[in-house]
Amino acid sequence: MAFATETQFHVLAVDDSLLDRMLIERLLKTSSYQVTTVDSGSKALQILGLQDDQTNSPSVYSDQHDMEVNLIITDYCMPEMTGYDLLKKIKESSSLKDIPVVIMSSENVPSRINRCLEEGAEEFFLKPVQLSDMNRLKPHILKGKYKEQHQQEVLQDNSTTSSNNNSNKRKAMDDEISPEMTRPRLTSSVTVL
Amino acid sequence: MASLGLEKQLHYLIESMYEEGLLDVQFQHLQILQNEENPNFVAEVITTFFANTEKVFKELEKLMKEIEVDYKKMDCYIHQLKGSSASVGAHGVEKASIDMRDFCDQNDIEGYEKNIPIL
Repeated sequence: MAFATETQFHVLAVDDSLLDRMLIERLLKTSSYQVTTVDSGSKALQILGLQDDQTNSPSVYSDQHDMEVNLIITDYCMPEMTGYDLLKKIKESSSLKDIPVVIMSSENVPSRINRCLEEGAEEFFLKPVQLSDMNRLKPHILKGKYKEQHQQEVLQDNSTTSSNNNSNKRKAMDDEISPEMTRPRLTSSVTVL
Repeated sequence: MASLGLEKQLHYLIESMYEEGLLDVQFQHLQILQNEENPNFVAEVITTFFANTEKVFKELEKLMKEIEVDYKKMDCYIHQLKGSSASVGAHGVEKASIDMRDFCDQNDIEGYEKNIPIL
């Protein structure tokens, strides 16, 4: 069942420097990513739907309620909320923790790098970021997508009601399968004769 | 054609800046990112760089005039300058920023002042 596989991956870039935002945006777009840039960690969390009041109120930036982000790339040194703080918040969130996070910094400080990697950052890029660094992003995105898909499949198997949002895009052959089936499906392709 | 003459001049100017160590390879990376879809990328980036730098200089000037120099704040601005100059390949500025930062660390206002013309 072939559905559109040309969907671009969406990267959220966070940097307080306008110059660096311009650069990272160009780098990402040249590498065929869809890009959203924000200038602070708190704006990033807003876009990701992680607000204090937990309501998904439409933010200034988008009309889309479900803005799917496949990777977050953030500067380390930012006022108020550092890239490390942002990373922590993302990893603490059940809805966001599987989104891969990459940290950028102009300073090569091993203790800083290790701290970020230990907290769950996938990679650490030294600025100025190069076009070749963009090639290192895809494996992390694909890993994130796999985790997300796997989680969704598990959730669907556990739920007894059919949801309107079938984010599992493969069509299941419902005729033969009872909706109350609780046995986890490892593959969702079922051939019916 | 006049435009060819200008292009050549620009080319020589850029070459000489590389030779003098004012520009480094990062500038070439910027040029690579410019293409038909984004023909003004380099100009936009450099314009932003100049605008940013001007702002930073003004702030640094203000801070220097204080009776009690706030080296921490100055360090913050210089860090910005170092970052942005590295991002555009302005090697000369980047190098000078690093030196400035050292002076700031040592709270050496005289050394700092001596470096301003270089910057």
